[in-house]
Amino acid sequence: MSQTYRLNNSGQINRDKKISFKFNGKKYFGYEGDTLASALLANGIHLVGRSFKYHRPRGFFGAGVDEPYAIVQMVRNKETEPNVRATEQELFEGLEAKSVNCWPSVNFDIGAINNFFNKFLPAGFYYKTFMWPKSFWYRIYEPFIRKAAGFGVASTKYDSERYEHKYEYCDLLIAGSGPAGLSGAYAAAKNGASVILAEEKPRFGGSLLTSEVNIGNQSGKDWAEKIIAELKEMPNVTVKNRSQVFGYYDHNMLVMSEKVSDHLPKTKKFSPKQRLWYIRAKEVLISSGSIERPIVFGNNDTPGVVLASAAKEYLKVYGVLVGKKPLIFTNNDSAYETAIEFKKNGIDPIILDSRNAPNSEIIEEAKNLGIHIKFSYVVVVANGYKKVKSAQIAQISPDKKNLGKIEKINCDCICVSGFWTPTIHLSSQSGNKTKFDEKIDAFVPGKSKQNETTVGSANGIFNLEETISTSFEKGYQLSKKITNNDNKVSVPQVSEKKFTNHDKFWCVPLPNKKNFKRFLDFQNDVTVSDIELALREGYRSIEHVKRYTTLGMATDQGKTSNLNGLQLVSDVENKVVPSVGHTTFRPPYTPVSIGAIVGREIGKHSKPTRKSPMHSWHEKNNAVFVDAGMWLRPRYYKKANEGLFEASKREAANVRKNVGVCDVTTLGKIDIKGPDAAEFLNRVYTNAWLKLPVGKARYGVMLREDGIVMDDGTTTRISENHYHMTTTTAQAANVLSHLEYYLQLVWPELNVNVVSTTEQWAGAAIAGPKSRRLLQKLFPNKDLSNEGLPFMGYSDGDLFGVPTRIFRISFSGELAYELNVQSDFGNFMWEKIIELGNEFGIQPYGTEALSTLRIEMGHVAGSELDGRTIPYDNGLDGLISRKKDFIGKRSLNREAFIAKSRQKVVGVVPLDKKTSIPEGSHLVKDASAKLPNPKLGHISASCWSVEYNNPFSLAIVKDGKNMIGKKLYALSPLKNKSIPVEIVSSHYVDPKGERVRS
Amino acid sequence: MLYIFCPHCGLRSQNEFAYGGDGSVKRPTLNKEVSDKEWDNFVYNRKSPRGKHVELWHHISGCRQWIKVQRDTVTHEIFKTVSADKEI
Repeated sequence: MSQTYRLNNSGQINRDKKISFKFNGKKYFGYEGDTLASALLANGIHLVGRSFKYHRPRGFFGAGVDEPYAIVQMVRNKETEPNVRATEQELFEGLEAKSVNCWPSVNFDIGAINNFFNKFLPAGFYYKTFMWPKSFWYRIYEPFIRKAAGFGVASTKYDSERYEHKYEYCDLLIAGSGPAGLSGAYAAAKNGASVILAEEKPRFGGSLLTSEVNIGNQSGKDWAEKIIAELKEMPNVTVKNRSQVFGYYDHNMLVMSEKVSDHLPKTKKFSPKQRLWYIRAKEVLISSGSIERPIVFGNNDTPGVVLASAAKEYLKVYGVLVGKKPLIFTNNDSAYETAIEFKKNGIDPIILDSRNAPNSEIIEEAKNLGIHIKFSYVVVVANGYKKVKSAQIAQISPDKKNLGKIEKINCDCICVSGFWTPTIHLSSQSGNKTKFDEKIDAFVPGKSKQNETTVGSANGIFNLEETISTSFEKGYQLSKKITNNDNKVSVPQVSEKKFTNHDKFWCVPLPNKKNFKRFLDFQNDVTVSDIELALREGYRSIEHVKRYTTLGMATDQGKTSNLNGLQLVSDVENKVVPSVGHTTFRPPYTPVSIGAIVGREIGKHSKPTRKSPMHSWHEKNNAVFVDAGMWLRPRYYKKANEGLFEASKREAANVRKNVGVCDVTTLGKIDIKGPDAAEFLNRVYTNAWLKLPVGKARYGVMLREDGIVMDDGTTTRISENHYHMTTTTAQAANVLSHLEYYLQLVWPELNVNVVSTTEQWAGAAIAGPKSRRLLQKLFPNKDLSNEGLPFMGYSDGDLFGVPTRIFRISFSGELAYELNVQSDFGNFMWEKIIELGNEFGIQPYGTEALSTLRIEMGHVAGSELDGRTIPYDNGLDGLISRKKDFIGKRSLNREAFIAKSRQKVVGVVPLDKKTSIPEGSHLVKDASAKLPNPKLGHISASCWSVEYNNPFSLAIVKDGKNMIGKKLYALSPLKNKSIPVEIVSSHYVDPKGERVRS
Repeated sequence: MLYIFCPHCGLRSQNEFAYGGDGSVKRPTLNKEVSDKEWDNFVYNRKSPRGKHVELWHHISGCRQWIKVQRDTVTHEIFKTVSADKEI
């Protein structure tokens, strides 16, 4: 197809590079430098989608970020992406896009029937219809609404693109590269400040790309190019296009999304698709410009009704005509530039100006060019369904209340301008309380809250000379404040056409007995009558009106609709706009890809993976791993066809019978040094620590101040003032913070230092009746007899030249030792243990066997120390010292904690000795009692007892002390199980603890 | 994201710190009779004021020091930060 709406010699596109693309399956051509929107318009395509509620035809309204209509579903490099604005998407070879919100096609859309049922879809229809009958909701209404709502379809596939995060610091961040941003950036950069200049579009220059002005004896566009070229060369300046500063957060933290590759057919190797910048700026210059707002009239959503500024941008930047018979409808001077641009390109526009014979330089120019202007005229309604065919126009009375005789005028587009709205989103997000400026009928930033300064049209200044001179000055002042430099560059001469005042007119009244739809919010289909209805129904606060009618709640966040909505509310309520107030501006300014927000923290990169020094040995020996916090631990070592159950049973049984070795590197280790270390431990742990001799370990329990058990572990006195503390794997970081808290804030007088040594030591637990014989092989010269190294003893060792710490401690309940060596020697230690342990039938065991061993011994662990239990509950009350004070002691005499019927850890065995009890099962007296069945406790941990060859569980049960011998039921509704059980002692195996001391 | 001045390291982003709650709480002295009310006030009761608040932050990904920060809970303005041994 030929580009029949493309001009031959205008625009800033590269005509040497023709690009082919597909829209709704059909092939078209455009040029390098086009957006999808400009390329479609060049091909005469105006119908690109259907509206949200009524499924009315939708075309293009803007030419950039404010676009409410032209949202498409993109296909790029086989990935699909919804919610892409065609006005922002740059064209690339092979681009494919589809219309959204229409079925079966954009030309013939079944949903358009809503247009005729609009009486049933008034404001707040969500809350009014679809209510009865109730049973219809799930089966009919909800599926229907779900199908009808939304723009596009999210991909259900894993996003293979790469997104990055970047942290940056600068003196001055400048958001927007129009005349204000360029001036500020140039003045600040020349004064030595480090500057980041961000531009959302591919081209720098903002309004200078389309305006007829002169700066420093050259065209505005040339001046912008010169400044950008110079800034790019400066080492203290970062210039970024396709980069939207979308959020202003606390303490001058701004977030910017850089679309690195969205304009390319495929993301380049080693490059991300998008990059999210977290920028901490000392000062922020907001030069975000302004957005043209429409005038509201009948059927003002018809394709072919566009913003006058957008029509000008399509002409000047892309060389594209939005129509060949344009009607310009304005209340101000700026739309005259659009008319003149049409005229210059051989097209005859007609201007309808709501003002009564205004006079200015540009109006004179238009008159001199022979442009037909009708003053005090307005568009009453646009005719045409899928495209503007004509317009009904009328003269309007000076009070703007009465229309004259309706006339029909032929046109194929209506370029509308209702003056300009400053883009104050970033200023407002910073906490700046905005104020209403009567002169421009819009809100502008008020007093700065953070270090932000707003300049140019974002600050309500529409005069270029003033914009440039104040922005140069601000750039200089802000940079001087930061750098103390005093290099002031001169401000260039500016010449522009002076504009006269705009007309405070925003909505065309309805003619008698006509009820045209007049749209305020083009994306959510909110009309003037919707707002009027909401107000009649009693909604007053603008925040409520917004939520009830969904005005400004679409993905464009009401960039073109909010202010007209406020005008309407103020008119109906007979209030001034500032007293209506505006709704809150919240980040992000434009939609941001979820991928960009997530960045690289996805999948296995969402957290670090910690591996022990023996990890590769485990891998080679068929370990199946399990996540333990960030650690990967062997769960079991698979042999032949074994599953978890068989393998863990084999491993645990081998520990009870021979000897096993377990990687315990992951245990938290804290090195404690200082003359007051003993006193400190005595305060941290519930039991007594002052008399622990050097060379001895002790088991300790620590509480939180509220009396709940925080952690347990052994601590060993290495030398006089040196202790080695172990914590559980899960609590290692919390315990360290806890210790630091007390040392730094509560007892700073204690001379103690703590440091984490978890990563520094590799650990191996050697457990089983043959462990002493194996240890003797590892340390042939050491006395390892029960007297030489008794239970809870500690000694140095020399493992074939490697210094080793030997602890005689046991978690499995068997005779056991733990060896620690420097991490670098971890693998050496492990291989030696396996090598020398072969003759004793050694087998490595994983966390599952480890659990089995501790459960049948009744040793409590994380599933019992679950942040809800006190020492008594866990059978640890014997470790509570009566003679001294410690952290959390005062809480232990709380009424509930000393209650006679207090919960306690018990053992549970199924009566049939066969059925395993799922963890989490509830214990009840009567399995068939009426719900809610009173719960007596829950199963905290389950295993298959290798000692007795039947299932065994631990449970925390109310009045546990008196429950031993009782018969109860374990209910697991999740697994649909009801198991008769008997409560037994938690110490199922070796209740006297003779093995560890053997 | 807050920008917190660590008295030991300088200005650092919030994601290096962990929040530690009310910084004005004083633990009752060890081995001293403490009434239920006094103990409850120490363990549980917090003011959660609107406005200025002295709070603890722990520079866990930095110097591992606990610091005291005076912050406005409404505006997030930080007025002052001091090391653990000083009072605000």
